[in-house]
Amino acid sequence: MSEIKMQRLDEYRWMIPPVEGMRVPGIIYSSEKMIGGIGSDESPKQVANVAYLPGIIKYSLAMPDMHWGYGFPIGGVAAFDLEEGIISPGGVGYDINCGVRIMTTTLQFDEIKNELHDLVYSLFSNISSGVGSKGTLKLSTDEEKKVLREGAKWAVNNGYGSPDDLVATEDGGKMEGADPDCVSDRALERGKQQLGTLGSGNHFLEIEVVEEIFDKKVAAVFGLESAGQVVVVIHSGSRGFGYQVCDDYLAKMVKNINRLGFSLPDRQLACAYINSDEGRRYFAAMACAANYAWANRQMLMHWAREVFEKTLRKSPREIGMKLLYDVCHNIAKIEEIPIDGKMRKVCVHRKGATRAFPPGHPALPDIYSKVGQPVIIPGDMGTGSYVLAGTERAFSETFGSTCHGAGRVMSRARAKKASRGRSIQKEMADRNVIVMAAGRGTLKEEIPEAYKDIDAVVDVVNNTGLSRKVAKLRAVGCIKG
Amino acid sequence: MKVKPEILNSKLKYNIFDHTADLGLEIYGKDERELFSNAAFALFNIITDIKSIGIRENRHVSIEGSGREDLLVNFLREILYLFNGEGFLLKDFSISRLDSHHLTGEAKGECFDPDKHRINTEIKAVTYHQVMVQKTPQGWKGRVICDV
Repeated sequence: MSEIKMQRLDEYRWMIPPVEGMRVPGIIYSSEKMIGGIGSDESPKQVANVAYLPGIIKYSLAMPDMHWGYGFPIGGVAAFDLEEGIISPGGVGYDINCGVRIMTTTLQFDEIKNELHDLVYSLFSNISSGVGSKGTLKLSTDEEKKVLREGAKWAVNNGYGSPDDLVATEDGGKMEGADPDCVSDRALERGKQQLGTLGSGNHFLEIEVVEEIFDKKVAAVFGLESAGQVVVVIHSGSRGFGYQVCDDYLAKMVKNINRLGFSLPDRQLACAYINSDEGRRYFAAMACAANYAWANRQMLMHWAREVFEKTLRKSPREIGMKLLYDVCHNIAKIEEIPIDGKMRKVCVHRKGATRAFPPGHPALPDIYSKVGQPVIIPGDMGTGSYVLAGTERAFSETFGSTCHGAGRVMSRARAKKASRGRSIQKEMADRNVIVMAAGRGTLKEEIPEAYKDIDAVVDVVNNTGLSRKVAKLRAVGCIKG
Repeated sequence: MKVKPEILNSKLKYNIFDHTADLGLEIYGKDERELFSNAAFALFNIITDIKSIGIRENRHVSIEGSGREDLLVNFLREILYLFNGEGFLLKDFSISRLDSHHLTGEAKGECFDPDKHRINTEIKAVTYHQVMVQKTPQGWKGRVICDV
């Protein structure tokens, strides 16, 4: 394919006009400041590549945190027709249902300031993290299959948290259609050892405080009351289980690539028709991984609650750690979305993107029905996060989707080089963030300058109306894998 | 090019190149067999210091592919699973059969022991992205990108 040409549509949108085999145009949400950086990697080409896939509806989208990924770009969003369209593991990503949850507390920073070091240390020693980390729990195959079918509900039924948590989780923490018979023995084997572990790389558990509230009314509904309030953010996914599911199905689909009757611009986009045996099987396995991830985050949250209670010697009531919401960042879902004004069931792929449903949407818990879905956007290590709310604009324009994070700009190798000779832990401490990491290299790979400026990313989705800023949070303590 | 400790007998087995989110591997060999066994060496020398791995166990590996490139990815996926799924660290790989669609051989190594081995880099997946296997005037060259 020839070089990618981008036409600016308005202040925040660039279009890749359909050329050659592209079935629809590509649309990139960005800004004057960020678009230059975007042009320098292959991600615009990946936006164009997605537009080749059969059954794609309207356009191949990219959110402002877009960067290079396998197959789809990270930050890529696309919807497919259920009859003529495809489902692609490369449109979901390896870490299926990598996602983030945020818990509010009734604590103020001043109340934990003196115990912050103990809190971070205790979280670090009580929550298994790092390369290939194994949990304290060893699941039997039968029990693991229950996790895969029931998701976060399994965790709650087994004493990790309460039914209220499920209400505040996307899809209630359980994706329908999960079938463990579609999962390989290898995935099951990997999954057995890692439930209830944080993992490595960009995954984290962070103590943050509310820094700024943009929309008081919505913030109050979300339980974000005032500056200085302590919240906890967990970013993790389906661990080795999800990787193995993706790897297994990718290999199968690559093998069958020639039978599909159309050519792919990139093997990593290997896919199957949604309405085919292979497509259905991938969906059922992916749903298992999504459920695994929800059970995982539910357990991590439960342990975070316990650590807070023990370390601060306060009752659960005094701490009031309540799940605000949990969202997926890597997923394909069958959703009813307005397409050209008409509601239609489609398969939405969000790869490094967040669902952002508007006020009144039936998928929202009653408490958020008037204000829209909470959207959690974690920044880079130690920077903090944003809480946004879903909008009608996102529903009608981006298949109910918005950005998911800061987005990488520097490769891990380059970040390591850039941080050579520096103590990242000390730099963080100088910024009043206590960081503990399991891996020697993780902190260096995850330095703040390896990521896009989260403020710039969030401004784009806020200013285009894809979601509304509610609050900004600042990190004070962080555990990394 | 900087001489790295992984070069044995001053012969380059592999080289790492930078890739946006991940880790790129360029692998060399005088013939196809050497290319594949060097690829296995590269993968495990990145995961840990391959010198720290002893030989205590063998694992039989037999895989298929639709062509050399597919075969290279499938081979690396398979031996990566030995570690990610079974905790087995590979020190050496001996090939008993190799054609453009099949590879059979023995992985020799031992199980991960946290007191003995240090994991330097977690390789999470071997991808099909920009995979390449080529015969050059100097020998064989392969390229693969790993998710780390």
